[in-house]
Amino acid sequence: MLRSLSIEPEKCTGCLQCEMACSYENEGVFNPAKSRIKVFVFEREGRNVPYTCTQCADAWCKNACPTEAIQINAATGAKEINNGLCVGCKVCTIACPFGTVNYNHATGKVIKCDLCGGDPACAKACPTQAITFVDADWTGYSKMRNWAQRTDTQSSAQV
Amino acid sequence: MRYAIIGAGPAGVVAAETLRARDSGGEIILLGGEAEPAYSRMAIPYLLAGQIDESGTYLRHTQGHFESLSIQYVQDLVKALDVESRRLILKEGGSVEFDRLLIACGSHPVKPQIEGLDQPGIHHCWTLEDARSIAKYATAGSRVVLMGAGFIGSIIMEALVRRKVKLTLVEMADRMVPRMMDQTAGNLIKQWCIEQGVDVKTSTRVKAVTPDSSGKARYLLETDGAGEIPADLVVVATGVRPTIGFLAGSAIETRQGVVVDDHLQTSVKGIYAAGDVCEGFDWNSGNRAIHAIQPVAAETGRLAALNMSGCKTLYTGSLAMNVLDSIGLISTSYGAWQGKAGGDDAQQLDASRYKYIKLQFEEDRLIGAITLGITEHVGVLRGLIQSRIALGEWKQRLVRDPSRIMEAYLAKTQ
Repeated sequence: MLRSLSIEPEKCTGCLQCEMACSYENEGVFNPAKSRIKVFVFEREGRNVPYTCTQCADAWCKNACPTEAIQINAATGAKEINNGLCVGCKVCTIACPFGTVNYNHATGKVIKCDLCGGDPACAKACPTQAITFVDADWTGYSKMRNWAQRTDTQSSAQV
Repeated sequence: MRYAIIGAGPAGVVAAETLRARDSGGEIILLGGEAEPAYSRMAIPYLLAGQIDESGTYLRHTQGHFESLSIQYVQDLVKALDVESRRLILKEGGSVEFDRLLIACGSHPVKPQIEGLDQPGIHHCWTLEDARSIAKYATAGSRVVLMGAGFIGSIIMEALVRRKVKLTLVEMADRMVPRMMDQTAGNLIKQWCIEQGVDVKTSTRVKAVTPDSSGKARYLLETDGAGEIPADLVVVATGVRPTIGFLAGSAIETRQGVVVDDHLQTSVKGIYAAGDVCEGFDWNSGNRAIHAIQPVAAETGRLAALNMSGCKTLYTGSLAMNVLDSIGLISTSYGAWQGKAGGDDAQQLDASRYKYIKLQFEEDRLIGAITLGITEHVGVLRGLIQSRIALGEWKQRLVRDPSRIMEAYLAKTQ
């Protein structure tokens, strides 16, 4: 069964260990600015919300790519960037309605969460289990996916 | 069932694949008008910039991709459509009969009415063949004049800069990318490009292109506003139009493009249109519109194919969205970025750092946006617009600090 990231913002303390781990795993440096997961801080409400790609079924990024550079990893279900094919046109960054594909100036390619090949560093690093890697059916992503369906240019009909 | 698809760009290719997924036994014929594998015009600037080779522009990279899906890929131009006998007449003399048809033949570049633009050495930058011609002449130090600083012109500009040519960009409007950027952003992009060494001349019209009799350059461009400009190569990027000429005299209703209904069907039953050639609806206003952009091509290609194969799927209109990289300065625009009567806006400008964001609201919903110098989480602007999220108290927070788009989205959805 496919597994996916489950995020429970109410458990997040805002320690940013996930950002550090992601950046180190994927970029080799401890630099939250290079993390594919981002913790958004709501000071007024005292709330922290970790957020990254949901590997959504609609795959807006993949559908919008003109060079077939976003591919599905059959083992993990993750939508992954193939750097050899990505030309850096950035269409996926504006097509993803969740804002979770970003352009990396340093490489001229886009970056997004790829579930670290099936063993996500953010989930391992989270000390409060606000981020866990669980069976896909159990995640809170259904809520986010409902919002995906409300972005209604793309019909919910599935092939 | 026999499906024919005119056009092997993103709309046509996505449609062919969607049809195959829906109908394993149907016959699918994909017609490409150029003697090339199915490729992406969007990738051409990266080819010219030397970042990829020609195969990097291909829409699909697996050997035998279409054969493996039993999609027949035919390289020929469609000369005419006979609606009565449901037949396409091909340029090379053959014909293709169909039960259902998708018109996805895209658009073609147009030259303005200027004397001397039909000479050799004056090129569009639209096809792979154009790119090969440009690559031949756009060599280091050569004098290149690029006519048109719209979206396409501005993308080609970056490629030409990377080829180290001496570049002059001539634009009739008073700023760069006038159909995607407001005055503030368009002027900042211009200023940035000038700083990067491009000679940008806005509010300038080319009057004539003549061979340079002095022999110092290949051509002289006579302008009103900027004197005479010498050029070894002229690239014309002054706009594109839907390719509908071959439909003249057929029963298919056309205006600017092929007119479709809310299922992407044309005025003739069983014949659909998608991509650049298709005149659909603007998602914001509901008005007739052609959004000749990659995401819309892929989306309409898929939706049209669903409808063609019997899965009734509503087309709710297309959202205008663009992203542009002007020699490292990245800009985006979404939806009703010009605003709407009775609406209001919020903006934040840091001109010295080339950072700008402008949001347009209707009541407490986001309807359009422009960004400059921002690459983090820009896609959420689409989410905010197309989910029609009522922002409530977050509208005022965005008015105070428009950069908090991601927080607004999360606060309202999580």
